[in-house]
Amino acid sequence: MTLVNTTTAADRLGSVSSGNALELRSVTKMFGALAAIRDITLTVRSGERRAVLGSNGAGKTTLFNCVTGDFLPTGGTIRLFGEDVTRFPAYERIRRGLRRTYQISLLFNGLTVADNVYLACRGVSRGRFSFIRPRENDALLTRSDELIEAVHLTPWRDTDVSNLSYGQQRQLEIALALAGAPRLILFDEPAAGLSPTERAELVSILNGLPGHIGYIIIEHDMDVALRVAESVTMMHNGTVFKEGTPEEIENDQEVQELYLGDGHE
Amino acid sequence: MALAEPKTTSQTLWIERVPPIWWALMLFLLTMPAWANDFFLFQVMGWTFILGMIALSLMFLAGYGGMVSLIQMSVAAMAGYMVAIFGASGMGDISMGLPWWLNIPIAIIIAAIFGTLVGALAVRTEGIYTIMITLAIAAAFFYFTRQNYTIFNGYSGFNLVVPPSLFGVDWRQPMPFYYLTLGCAAICYAAVIYVSRAPFGLTLQGVRDNPRRMAALGFNVTAHRIAAYTFASVIAAIGGILLVWQNAQIAPGTAGIPAVIDILVIAVVGGITRPIGPFIGALIYVLLRTFSPDVLLAFGLSGERFKLLIGLGFLAIVFFSPDGVLGLWERWRTRRSRERDPLTGEQK
Repeated sequence: MTLVNTTTAADRLGSVSSGNALELRSVTKMFGALAAIRDITLTVRSGERRAVLGSNGAGKTTLFNCVTGDFLPTGGTIRLFGEDVTRFPAYERIRRGLRRTYQISLLFNGLTVADNVYLACRGVSRGRFSFIRPRENDALLTRSDELIEAVHLTPWRDTDVSNLSYGQQRQLEIALALAGAPRLILFDEPAAGLSPTERAELVSILNGLPGHIGYIIIEHDMDVALRVAESVTMMHNGTVFKEGTPEEIENDQEVQELYLGDGHE
Repeated sequence: MALAEPKTTSQTLWIERVPPIWWALMLFLLTMPAWANDFFLFQVMGWTFILGMIALSLMFLAGYGGMVSLIQMSVAAMAGYMVAIFGASGMGDISMGLPWWLNIPIAIIIAAIFGTLVGALAVRTEGIYTIMITLAIAAAFFYFTRQNYTIFNGYSGFNLVVPPSLFGVDWRQPMPFYYLTLGCAAICYAAVIYVSRAPFGLTLQGVRDNPRRMAALGFNVTAHRIAAYTFASVIAAIGGILLVWQNAQIAPGTAGIPAVIDILVIAVVGGITRPIGPFIGALIYVLLRTFSPDVLLAFGLSGERFKLLIGLGFLAIVFFSPDGVLGLWERWRTRRSRERDPLTGEQK
């Protein structure tokens, strides 16, 4: 079983290829007079795994929303795999290989696990407007089952999402993000509310992703974030405060004071 | 709901999955002409199926798409007008007299385009604003048809618009017309059931539940909503053509504000959670509309006050069950299942 199909939608749709998955240049988002993020410049290489850390209100989720197209930035440019997508709607960015999960699970509670994953697979493939029900051997149904297995939810395949535990819902979020041919995934606090066992499972799923899939993870749990990321961006008051490797960030005195408090040793 | 059917059930034929009560209902409806009189077949059941289809188009938008549209009656009337204009009517100087196999598809296509254009405007709003914008366009359509004499023949509209005679059958006779409306209603009902579980319908339900998430899965939410209006418009258009054939005439009042509101009342009374709801609502509406004048007269009241009874009936149903008659049924079934022992299935 392959975790991710590497030859479908996003590859077909293609884009101007470059070594960078994501390039932000002076991205600013204003809400009235308030700058949620200000002059953010950030580059993420293809396949890179990066953690974005920062206290509440630092602008991390707003940054994600600007990248995914949920918010249009007030200023600056966003390039995805070399293509300027600053004014693209969310679905166009998704079709170019971008995926995201949400801080609070946004699933379809009235549908089953299989239906949720099938929808995610359908969203990045042809036939979104199809009036024909899929046959039993439909490739997308098979693909959905593979993804369900990859996130360890096979026993709950036909269970309504509303009947899943919180941890299972988070796993399902990841399955949705893996549908199609993702090239860059934005994980918004995937470990929030998970038990230690579920966190370990999450780390194993993230570390098990194929190498060509890069991701950016927002995570308050430093233990999780630093175990799954190879580079770290610290944000503070809507700006990039510091960048480095997990070790550099972990040992940085300013970061410790800002993020962990003055009393941290 | 399961688009991806569990493998055990997908191996059974669809015909085996139809519950016995549906077979009984089908048998009941198919044999109705054997015992029901012409008035009941034509006026009560025929009208029920027609209004049910138009309300079904609203149910599809509201129940699966979360969009309460008040334009469906106008779309139906547009199709009715187009059949009168492109086909034959008593207004020979306007009607073009095209054959039925040409004027019916043209009427459906024009009505679908009209519904799609309204949808393209309405999907940019939500909730009460969708209701208001579709109501405003419905009102504009009514006044336009009433004032335009070149195309819509103004206040008079068109008369002598009848179904074509096919296979030597006069389809406006009560029994043929009953089967015609029953067949169309069954096809529309089956189409909605089927599409609701196809990728398009499943996507629409996803858009209803969480449009932001659907966009984040790669779906063009706006385009899907507009396409839902197109599909619903085709159903409403079929209902509209049958309506003009039943009345043998169409005038601005066919799509007046009261008629527009009636479709909403029918859908709400029946219930918008399942496609059978609009037909239940339509039957209640038609029975009240047909027989309430007699009831009022029996109590010494004016028969023209039949809307009072319809209004009271509507109030009673939404008061006791905001999700319509279907909601009452669901609650009754839930209570019955609670009263049973979960292990033995026996009544407690």
